[in-house]
Amino acid sequence: MAWDRNQMAARAAQELQDGMYVNLGIGIPTLVANYIPEGVTVTLQSENGMLGIGPFPTEENVDADLINAGKQTVTALPHTAYFDSAESFAMIRGGKINMAILGAMEVAENGDIANWMIPGKLVKGMGGAMDLVAGVERIVVVMDHTNKAGESKLLKACTLPLTAQGVVKRIITNLGVLDVVEGGLKIIECADGVSEDDIRNATEAAIVN
Amino acid sequence: MKKVYGSATEALDGLLFDGMTIAAGGFGLCGIPELLIDAIRDAGTKNLTIASNNAGVDDFGLGVLLKTRQVKKMMSSYVGENAEFMRQYLSGELELEFNPQGTLAERMRAGGAGIPGFYTRTGVGTQIAEGKEHKEFGGETFILERGIMADLSIVKAWKADTTGNAIFRKTARNFNPPAAKCGKICVLEVEEIVEPGTLDPDHVHLPGIYVNRLIQGQHEKRIEQRTTRAA
Repeated sequence: MAWDRNQMAARAAQELQDGMYVNLGIGIPTLVANYIPEGVTVTLQSENGMLGIGPFPTEENVDADLINAGKQTVTALPHTAYFDSAESFAMIRGGKINMAILGAMEVAENGDIANWMIPGKLVKGMGGAMDLVAGVERIVVVMDHTNKAGESKLLKACTLPLTAQGVVKRIITNLGVLDVVEGGLKIIECADGVSEDDIRNATEAAIVN
Repeated sequence: MKKVYGSATEALDGLLFDGMTIAAGGFGLCGIPELLIDAIRDAGTKNLTIASNNAGVDDFGLGVLLKTRQVKKMMSSYVGENAEFMRQYLSGELELEFNPQGTLAERMRAGGAGIPGFYTRTGVGTQIAEGKEHKEFGGETFILERGIMADLSIVKAWKADTTGNAIFRKTARNFNPPAAKCGKICVLEVEEIVEPGTLDPDHVHLPGIYVNRLIQGQHEKRIEQRTTRAA
């Protein structure tokens, strides 16, 4: 047993606190918006120039001028604000965004993150990922614990080109929740039916108590 | 001085030359200067260096200039939506300089503001930092990024008055203001040109001082990812 994509997103949503400004990455992080806890109001930022992302539009409300950073059509909310890309990254780089929840290909025990390129494979670019991980106050990664071959994606050191050094604070995987602490990763929580030993066995990074 | 021109081709007359650097607004296909891009294709200007967050898709946006092999180099943050781009890049026909998205936006903003370089934390310890000056501020490491000063800016807004005061609509603003500011000459295309006094001065997003030439036209405004929910 372990968490599926939606359960990982639901667990990540528990990280959100009332009043936060948050940027959600593409993939599982986008699903986090579906699980924002009752009584918690967060404002989602889209780095293409929007604070306050609303739900997807109905067919008749589709607007070519209103998209999110994944280029999907979205809607606005009563408190939405629009701005240009330089302003958008000023608030990111300036530390005004409280939390970013992002996917990753690898995370190292010192908080290094790799999520933008695999040498020899098609490289599409980093988009806003490098700015987000370098500028946002708290970086939470949501990712599968292991790759398809069963090898740990939580490593002693990243093998892929880095997106940033030492920035990840918390990792939510299909097996549980781990924090980056002095000396390695600390198990905070196990997924349903997963033991601490299961996590240790699936993790290359040092686990500290 | 007259800023309003009759067509994209007229507005670009005398501005284009082979080997020039162009800054273009837009994010994905949202808010791109589609009329000016088509006019540059028709003009056949070659060996272009284009600073733009994305590179369009195969048959729309900057993709049309890639198809005609008019582009020598792209400065972008994400180019994943364009197969022809990838083919030319992987075969070595096209140069590509990846910029983190915020660094690209700030390079344009800074260049337009007369700032030749700035230090940022973005990219420290990554491939992006290789060969760049590193400097410590308050115990933290930053890298030097250069402002972009382009020969020409091509941008798109929603409305502008005849003096070039422009307003954008929703997320179609994106890279347009920083791109507009970093060119020696800026050509703006809009959906509607209005008389001075029509726009509320408090609501102007891009003051006309940044706009040298201006056209109005019909825009396709293609949607890349039409995502909807049930009514």
